[in-house]
This record gives sequence, structure tokens and C-alpha cells, in this order.
Amino acid sequence: MKLVLKNGYVYDPANGIEGEKMDIFIEDGRIVEEVKGAKEIDCSGMVVMPGGVEIHSHIAGGKVNTARLMRPEDHLRNVAPRGRNTRSVCGYSTPSTFLTGYAYSRLGYTTAFTAALPPLMARHTHEELHDIPMLDKGALTVMGNNWLIMRYLSEGRIEHACAYAAWLLRATRGYAIKAVNPGGSEAWGWGRDVRSLDDRVPHFDITPREIIAGLMEINERLSLPHSVHLHPNNLGRVGNFSTTLETLELTKEVKPSRERQVLQLTHAQFHSYGGDSWKNFSSAAEEIAKAVNSSDRLVLDMGQVVFGDTTTMTADGPMEYYLSSLTGLKWANKDIELETAPGVTPFVYSEKSPVAGVQWAIGLELALLVEDPMRVMLTTDHPNGAPFFTYPKIISWLMSAKSREQVLQGLHSAAQKNTVLGSIDREYSLQEICCITRAAPAKSLGLDSKGHLGVGADADVAVYALDPEKVDPAREPEAVERAFSATAYTIKGGEVVVRDGEIVRVVTGRTLYVEAKVGEELEREIMRDVDYYFKRFYSVNLANYPVQDVYLTSPHAVKVDAGVR
Amino acid sequence: MKEVVLEPVSQPDCGLVAEVISCDVFAGRSIREIEELEVYAGNRRARLGEFFSVSGSAADSAEETRIVITGSVEKTKWIGRGMSAGEIVVEGSTGMYTGAWMKGGRITVKGDVDSFAGMMMSGGEIEVHGRAGDYLGCAYRGEWRGMRGGSIVVHGDAGTEAGHCLSGGRVTVMGRAESFAGVRMRSGLLVLGSAEPRVGAQMTGGSIVVLSPAELLPSFELVERVSSPEVEGVRFEGVFEVYAGDLAERNAKGRLYVKVE
Repeated sequence: MKLVLKNGYVYDPANGIEGEKMDIFIEDGRIVEEVKGAKEIDCSGMVVMPGGVEIHSHIAGGKVNTARLMRPEDHLRNVAPRGRNTRSVCGYSTPSTFLTGYAYSRLGYTTAFTAALPPLMARHTHEELHDIPMLDKGALTVMGNNWLIMRYLSEGRIEHACAYAAWLLRATRGYAIKAVNPGGSEAWGWGRDVRSLDDRVPHFDITPREIIAGLMEINERLSLPHSVHLHPNNLGRVGNFSTTLETLELTKEVKPSRERQVLQLTHAQFHSYGGDSWKNFSSAAEEIAKAVNSSDRLVLDMGQVVFGDTTTMTADGPMEYYLSSLTGLKWANKDIELETAPGVTPFVYSEKSPVAGVQWAIGLELALLVEDPMRVMLTTDHPNGAPFFTYPKIISWLMSAKSREQVLQGLHSAAQKNTVLGSIDREYSLQEICCITRAAPAKSLGLDSKGHLGVGADADVAVYALDPEKVDPAREPEAVERAFSATAYTIKGGEVVVRDGEIVRVVTGRTLYVEAKVGEELEREIMRDVDYYFKRFYSVNLANYPVQDVYLTSPHAVKVDAGVR
Repeated sequence: MKEVVLEPVSQPDCGLVAEVISCDVFAGRSIREIEELEVYAGNRRARLGEFFSVSGSAADSAEETRIVITGSVEKTKWIGRGMSAGEIVVEGSTGMYTGAWMKGGRITVKGDVDSFAGMMMSGGEIEVHGRAGDYLGCAYRGEWRGMRGGSIVVHGDAGTEAGHCLSGGRVTVMGRAESFAGVRMRSGLLVLGSAEPRVGAQMTGGSIVVLSPAELLPSFELVERVSSPEVEGVRFEGVFEVYAGDLAERNAKGRLYVKVE
């Protein structure tokens, strides 16, 4: 299949192209130098960007399905019958798998990573990913409360920890090391939580500080494509920014093994809270942004809040319980044996609430105060801050101080008093939007063939009906929101899959995972421990644990060998 | 006011999904067009005219349109769904979800209504001369923000969980309400002729008035004894015991009035 995207305004920050009128040539699913006799698509007066890369979104897995079971009322939204190319769909904060694929594709996204894969839920997660069409997919494997990881780290057996992490990635067909409330979710098994980096994890001779440092060391020793992807301790707690800063400090001791950060602070908004009670709850986005600005070892994603009704879900059991006890709404706990403990509860971000107003401002402040757009990524921690359907709105806020001011005026006065958002006049350019939705997440994940349009890149392209010479995003936020809500064309793997917001072709993406090689002897040693843990503690047999390729759509292993023996 | 008469011809064995029977939909349509409206008999797409013989004429607006169903249609579901104005009169009984999401207008059912009548209602009136099934004036499955306006009156008995998650408006059952009436209620007024046990379970707001002695959960606490109280703007004659509850819930501010004399 050959294609030429003619005459669009091309945005490709990774290759230094900003709004140049040029043609993009596609052949056999790749961007190429030139093709002859190809089908032409007229993109004049439109914006051409690489396909969007979603780095943190809860789109598949045990808690996503628990949330679906728990929120039948959410299924009343976005109901659509079977179409010519599409299946029947429904859901907003807990969309069906098919809707997830279609909706991301309409927004111009072509790749998405599900934010937390508890190893024991790996098969289920991949079964759901299997049913998400239109996207290349991957999953971040949760390790921050894993018994064997904690044991090896506390015993100082770092090579064994590396070998076990590598085995876990392969067994779960995971892409990166994720940690959620390190130590805290394990403590939740005893009805407790950890509240500082130096609290001890019950029954393990280890602290959150040691787990986070240890995971970063594992990550760099294995030289994995992505860095450690961290949801720090104390998510959502008043004044948690000091814990976050202390956590970020730990990166100073870590030498990156690749050209990328060593830590991604995920859904940073939920970790940038000042004040000492809900009454003087305030933004500490400036402190967090300062830390990121002064270190090339850190990146963050926003975790933006958008007002409305959503479902929160994280592998942070104690946090979800705490939240449900604040709201009095229904709650589900999902213990994952030796690995983690997610929870689920609905939440309503109200414009009248002083807390939600400040939360809304913090996400935007972070994006606007971090100077380098390659260190920021657009996320809502779908669906925790808001469902991903809200991305176009967030893009329009980032591009227009006027539109932010309009929202701010309608909020509780705390949102103006306890944040600095109103004083920030920075407005994102289209190039910067392209960074935070494509180039930065692709770089953070170490995806060489994504997030840019250079020769050899995957032919994943989004074309938006927005003429940058005619529309001033600062003055016309509605036009920006409209354009980003549905692409004129989404091209996935060289094929047109969306035209004028309609799914015209359903494709199955690849599943990306990491195979990190370690020494055979080392692997044999850790397998003895793994075997013991399965016989002694797990409710399943070891043989039924690893995911086989048959569960994956077009499995694609990224192989690394950093010489861990 | 103009009248459209629907005479039931047949009812499918499985349910007939007929949310098109609504003054909003009928208004401005010819009889021919009304016959062609889409319904589902189970999973089969069909015409409304296949199940009803249609006569009369509809007005241009919902306000000026009255729909009369001349017999019992126990298999017909979603009558008056989301209706904003006008009137529906059913000479017999209706199926599930009668008047769900109703915003305005009036539905009168001379017979019984099946479960989920008035679900998520926000305005308008439903009057049932017979009895109601379970979940009268309830919230949608999983939803905690239920009916928030309008009024439902049932002259007979009601099934379980009448006024489930009630968040406004008024639900009256003149007869007996089965267990868990007013469960998880948040505001509004629920009036019951008599109530089976567990009335008001998990209620956090609003008022329930039971017009005869009732057995309450232990998490309701006697506050006072009053004569002819006015509750949510309505006066009730007689002597009532007033209970606060459900104290098993956090910050519960519900009030339960039980008539003792």
C-alpha cells in the first residue's frame, strides 16, 4: 500500500519540522523518502502529525473490568449500535474495549499503553488488549509491591532482582517496570498504608525509598527501553508534594543506561498537592515543575482533571479506600495475592468544589511550568482524572490562556487563590502539543519508530482539519477543540483507518513487549525461588502463569541484552 | 388537545421495546408515520403498527397531544420514556420502565405497572390505579443519584425497593410497600400506606412517612412525637413518631415518620 499525504502543515518535533508545508510518503507501513504512483490524499490547509502515543491509560486489565461491572450506569453513555465497520459500543469512564480502540483512533492516536498490569492479571489484560482494535498496545508491569522483588532487594541480591524482573516482563508480556505506591499496597494487605519513604513495609525488611531506588537500579542494569514508571506514595493526600520531591531526589543517584530519563513521575497532578488540610489545599505545581526543569533524568505526565463524573482505579488499594470513605460512594477492592492490591471507586469532580478546582489547575500548571515540552506528556490518567475523550478540551486549554481564564472564573474561589494558573500566560504551540502527545511519550518509552515522521518511522499519522495560517488557537479554542476531537484522517500502519471522524477500516495493532536477556545460571536460580513461591503461596500453578503469544495480537518483542549475568 | 388512540392488537411473547410511545415522538406525526415508528419485539425490529391499531390524530406539540392505550399491554416496555409534556392514559396495565427518565407531562395507568416505573424521573406525574412492581421510582442500576423530581402516586401496593436512591420529588404508595422501600434515599418524600421491614435502609436524607405502625431497623433513633406534622410541604393528620436515620450511614440526615395514632 502506497500513500502520499500532500501539502499538509507537518509537525514533527523529533526531526525539527514545525508547520512546514510538505508531503509525507508512505509505503508498506513505513514512512519513506519518496514513492511513485501512490494514492494521494490532499492535506492542504490541515495539520499533519505523527500518530498519538498514549503512555498512561487504564484501558485493560482486572480493575478496568471490575469498574465496568461496578458501573452499569456508565454504560448508558456513548451508546452506539453496530455500524458498517464497527461493533456496538458503550461507556464513558469505563468504555468497552472496542470503543477504546475506535475513540483513540478518532482522536488521532495509534499507540496506547495500559497503565498497570498486575502480573497475575496478565492473561486477562492481554485478552482485553486483544479486543482493542486500531492501536499498537503495550502494558506496564506492576512490580512495586511484589514479594520476590522486595525480598531480593532487601537481601541486596540485585542481580537476582534483575533476573526476576526480566522474567516477569517476559512472563506477563509487559513493556516496562511500573511501581504503584511502593510498599503501600502490600501494607494494605494488613489494613495499613505507608505514609513516608522511610516507613517499613510490614513483614519485609524494606522501605519505599529502597524499593524505588532498587527498581531504578534494576531498570538501568537491564537497560530497558522505558524508565521506571512511578506512581509515588501518598497519592491524593494533602501536602504530598514533599514526598514527591523526596522521591524525585532519588534519581540523582541513578545513571541512565540510555538516552532517556530514569524516572517518569506519572499522573503528577495527583502528587503535587500543598497545604496541610483540605481547608487550605493548594497547588505545589511550581515545586514539582522546578524539580523537573532542573534535572534531565525526570519526565512527568499530567494526570489532568476535567470536571465531570468518572471512575477512579489504581493499584493503590489504600488510596481508593480512603477516597471512597471521603465520598461515601461504592468501592471495590481487588487483592492480587503476592503482587499488588488495586481498588476502584467512582468520583465526581465538581466545578463548585474547592479541591477539584485546585486539582484542575495543578495539571495545567505542571504542563505550563515545565519548560521543555519533551519532559511533559498529556494524560488524564484515564479515567482517574477524566476519560481520555477530554483530550481535545485539554489541548485547547493549553493553547489558550483566554479559555483557561474562562474556566477559572467559573470555579470556587480556592482555584484562583491557591494556584498560580491565572498568572501564567504561556500558550502551547502546535509543535509543543505534538511533543506532549507524540514525541515525548515515544521518546520516554524508547519507541524509535513512533512519535515522529522521519524515514523509517511507522506510518502512523494523524491529519487534523485545522489550518494554522487561518486559525489562532489562542483566540479560537473551540476551533482547536473541534479539530482535535476527530481527525480528518488517521493512518495506522500505512492504511487509512479514520476519515472525517468515521472509522473506515478496522485494523489490529501489534502488542509490544520487552524481552530482556539475563544469564542462564542466574535465571535458573531465580526460578527455584519462583517455583517455591508458587507452590507455597500463589493460588495458581506456575505453568498457568506466563502469557503465551497466542494471547497477543501480532506480538512484537523488543529485545535487550545489557549483559546481566 | 388532540388524541391518538392505540388499540392493542397483539403482544409478543418476549418484551416489546416501545419507547416511541411518547407524546414528544407522536407530536407532529401523521397516523401513518406513527404506525411506522420503530419498535423491537425481542431482537426483531418491527413497526409499532404491527402491535397497535392507531387512530385519531396527534397535535403539533407534545403539550397538546394525548395518547390513549385502550387495553392492557403488560409486555410493552418504556412507555413514555423521557417524555417532556403531554398525557398518556392506559386503560389497562403496562410493562416495565413506564415513564422512565420522564421530564414532564402525565401518565395515568388504570391497571398495574411492572417494575422500574418512573425510574430516574426528573419531572411530571405518574398515577397508577392498580399496583406497582419492584423498583418504583428507582435509580438506574448502579446509579446512586436516582429520581430527582416529579411525582408518582400508586393507589395499590408496591414491590420491593420503592423510591430506591430517591434524590428528589415525591413517591406515594397508598397500599403496602414491600421490603427496602426508600433504600439509599438521599432526599425527597416517600409516603407509604404501610411498610414491610427494612424501610429506609441506608437512607441519608429526605423523609419517609409511613401511615401505619411499622417495624424499623435498629439504626433508626426516636427523636420526638409530633401531631399532624408538615413534611416536605405536605401536612399529615394524626400522631407520628419521628425517627432519625439510617444511623448506620455516615452523616445520615434522613427522617422517618411513623403514624402511631
